[in-house]
Amino acid sequence: MNGEELTEQETALYDRQIRVWGVDAQRRLSKSHVFVSGLKGTAVEFCKNIVLAGVGSLTLNDDNPVTEDALAANFLIPLDEKMGGGGSLAELCCDSLKDFNPMVHVSVEKGDLSSFDVSFFEKFDVVVISCCSLAAKKSVNEKCRKLSKRVAFYTVDCRDSCGEIFVDLQKYSYAQKKADETVECQLQYPSFEEAIAIPWRSLPKKLAKLYYAMRVVERFEDVEKRKPGETSIEDLPSVLKLRNELCLAHSLNESQVPDSLLERLVVSTREFPPVSAILGGILGQEVIKAISGKGDPLKNFFFFDSVDGKGVIEDISTF
Amino acid sequence: MASSQHLSAIKGSKVLMVGAGGIGCELLKTLALSGFQDIHIIDMDTIEVSNLNRQFLFRQSHVGQSKAKVARDAVLRFRPQISITSYHANVKDSDFNVDFFKQFSVVLNGLDNLDARRHVNRLCLAAAVPLVESGTTGFLGQVTVHIKGQTECYECQPKPAPKTYPVCTITSTPSKFVHCIVWAKELLFAKLFGDKNQDNDLNVRSNDAASSSNHPEDVFERREDEDIEQYAKRIYDHVFGHNIESALANEETWKNRNRPRPIYVKDVLSDEPLQQNGISDKIPPTDNLSTVSAMAYLGLKNPQDIWSLKENSRVFFAALKLFFSKRQKEIGNLSFDKDDHLAVEIVTAAANIRAASFGIPLHSLFEAKGIAGNIVHAVATTNAIIAGLIVVEAIKVLQNDTKNCRMTYCLQHPSRKMLLMPVEPFEPNKSCYVCSETPLSLEVNTQRAKLRDVVEKIVKSKLGMNLPLITHGSGLLYEVGDDLEPDEVANYEANLEKVLSELPYAITGGSIITVEDLRQELVCKINIKHREEFDEEKEPDGMVLHGWTPSAAPAVENDNDAATNNGASTSSTSKSLPDDMEEDDELIIVETGIETIPAGKKRKLSDISNSETTDEKRAKKIPEQLEDDADVVVMLDDGNENGNNDIS
Ligand SMILES: [Zn+2]
Repeated sequence: MNGEELTEQETALYDRQIRVWGVDAQRRLSKSHVFVSGLKGTAVEFCKNIVLAGVGSLTLNDDNPVTEDALAANFLIPLDEKMGGGGSLAELCCDSLKDFNPMVHVSVEKGDLSSFDVSFFEKFDVVVISCCSLAAKKSVNEKCRKLSKRVAFYTVDCRDSCGEIFVDLQKYSYAQKKADETVECQLQYPSFEEAIAIPWRSLPKKLAKLYYAMRVVERFEDVEKRKPGETSIEDLPSVLKLRNELCLAHSLNESQVPDSLLERLVVSTREFPPVSAILGGILGQEVIKAISGKGDPLKNFFFFDSVDGKGVIEDISTF
Repeated sequence: MASSQHLSAIKGSKVLMVGAGGIGCELLKTLALSGFQDIHIIDMDTIEVSNLNRQFLFRQSHVGQSKAKVARDAVLRFRPQISITSYHANVKDSDFNVDFFKQFSVVLNGLDNLDARRHVNRLCLAAAVPLVESGTTGFLGQVTVHIKGQTECYECQPKPAPKTYPVCTITSTPSKFVHCIVWAKELLFAKLFGDKNQDNDLNVRSNDAASSSNHPEDVFERREDEDIEQYAKRIYDHVFGHNIESALANEETWKNRNRPRPIYVKDVLSDEPLQQNGISDKIPPTDNLSTVSAMAYLGLKNPQDIWSLKENSRVFFAALKLFFSKRQKEIGNLSFDKDDHLAVEIVTAAANIRAASFGIPLHSLFEAKGIAGNIVHAVATTNAIIAGLIVVEAIKVLQNDTKNCRMTYCLQHPSRKMLLMPVEPFEPNKSCYVCSETPLSLEVNTQRAKLRDVVEKIVKSKLGMNLPLITHGSGLLYEVGDDLEPDEVANYEANLEKVLSELPYAITGGSIITVEDLRQELVCKINIKHREEFDEEKEPDGMVLHGWTPSAAPAVENDNDAATNNGASTSSTSKSLPDDMEEDDELIIVETGIETIPAGKKRKLSDISNSETTDEKRAKKIPEQLEDDADVVVMLDDGNENGNNDIS
């Protein structure tokens, strides 16, 4: 609640959302700094949402050139810029995002995600990475954890019409509203590495199957040195074999990781735009919650599959 | 899922979107990205500043332009090869008839009001086009699928009713800030600036000796040679002083209540002669009337501040004078509009002065505007999620995969671990008067009620027909339309004033009348039952319609007040008046289509997990959670509908 008031312009623009989360939360949002790496459709949806919400700054990282595939799920890049120019994905997205909300500082950070050191992440309150390798997820998450300030870490991935969000808020306390009273709540999150190291047999029976399937595919890409999403139908036999090995090692029934689900993830690696919109929306809400300290944050995985239409939260932690 | 067959279903389709607002922008973008090639979009609204934080296809420079058109242009920039047709029009226009609807494979609604939703539902039924319906409020949202004959229609389930308040709570015994807002907006504002001929429950009689004459006088009439300041002062003293004083005279009323305090100008602004507020000549001339502001004049900057009684009084005077000096021409036909800044100022000030009288906590302009404007609380993320879900369902509909269609709730707190909860759609309700042919029945005093009462209270307000045609046997009793001859119009007008049993084709007990709306292609039969007496409190319409799905929850506020006031009962538990702040949580919002899961009627979850009991308990809580933010509209219970004209 420190003195600074929202400007008249901010009050007018954010009128409707202030009515949902309050002036205080809006003030915190406008002072927060968000980093996003991997700008496919889902990440772009997320960027749109938090730029509209009015974060202080957004830093984009994705040196990839604009390809047909990248355009398929991207609404930020107007046609006239697609062909010429040759800017990176981050640069082109940056221009459009600036336009969405002049009050948000949007910029590009060039370089490979793995090249950023611990101190680089200190500038941010929130780090979101998308379409990254297993190694990158672990390492960026660890770097964030090394800092003395808390940096909220998220991963988001969409393959076919399935999606996964991972959240690490480390030690997070917030005010939980219950009917009349507000209770101070504290949550302890595991890192990505810690979470996925939990033996499968000790996880709840009804856990979303997508969790296992994502781990199998992620592991496959890691072992085979593939880029995220660089799989095809030819890989299916090897992926199924890996599934069997992992299930055996974890004493989990293979039926928990169905062939059909793995096939979808391996074959159709493009993001399905409606699902990107849904994941980008959920992630946007979570980041807003974490920054504002309002509302129960998600702990610590979220899954959506448009085949059954469920959006499920799973708590995969040892705590 | 993103298979070739589903791509071909998408590519070959032609879809109609109704609404280019919060959900609409997201939806149009997601449809384009998903490969839809032929999209039509209707919206009658133009872009406002407060849309920009979530309707991301719009920019500051677009303010004032058609939403449908700007949204179209914006999406064509990244998908120029597809066809988008925009209509800056009301979906209820006659151009959008059944034939128009028939050309589409599916209709997708992103609307913000019940009236338009019902209209689209009826046209979709008439045209046999599937409808995907949606709504959001804050973090809550839902998507439902309506396919004629296979699932329930939009009107099969009762819709949450607008919230109503007993008139006497508003006129005499407010206990919450919202009551003061309703008073300021519906009574005072309407009396000062609205249609003079409209009924108004405000006390306009003055016993003031100074104005005594033999005839009861309407104090709101500005006297000849009376300057604005004198007038403003007289109004102030009348509504905040004299009227409170008169109310205090009724001792019965205050037995269990805190007595209000009359407030007169001299008590509040004694130290500054009113003349010094003479502002009409100090205001710089401006062409843009929408920027006329009392706050600006008085140097009040922050709309989040809570003004003192004195500041509120000054705002009241300044705003009143600005209306009379700068916006004189509009007086007499103004109705409250949340985007009219000066109107918000005077309503805030008046509500606060009244609140001060009654010991109710004062509120900031920002808060007051939210309550008075029935502002929908919206966030971009929920709209994005809901739009994604609409497209997921639309694709199933296009593939004729009806059995997998789901209605999906977007929740704020997980239930059974789910934030997005799919539920199997219901079968059509066999007694739904919209999608089945079940007759309705109407209890009415056929010797007293006029045809006009039936048209207004039943046909229009309950059945939602806009252009009704009423027949009895072979006789045509009433019709509206552009193509009528003058003598027909005169004839129908005359019929409206007739008592049912005295109509040319007399309606009596046992009669069956037919009401239809040609544009909606909706026909209903109504069995008439004669009944002598009606309970004024419980049946204020003086007639009762059966077979029509009434509101989900009785939304009339605790009417103990009414009972006490009539001396009929003193059962009311003592009121916790002044510092009752719970009002702050009670959002007053226009219906956005958030449906409650009807209590007592269990929806079958797609996946019945009979796991832990805690999950079961939480699942049961859903209805309550959704009801908290359910659709409410502030409305006086004498049927004066208001506010809800945000038609897209
Ligand atoms: Zn129906």
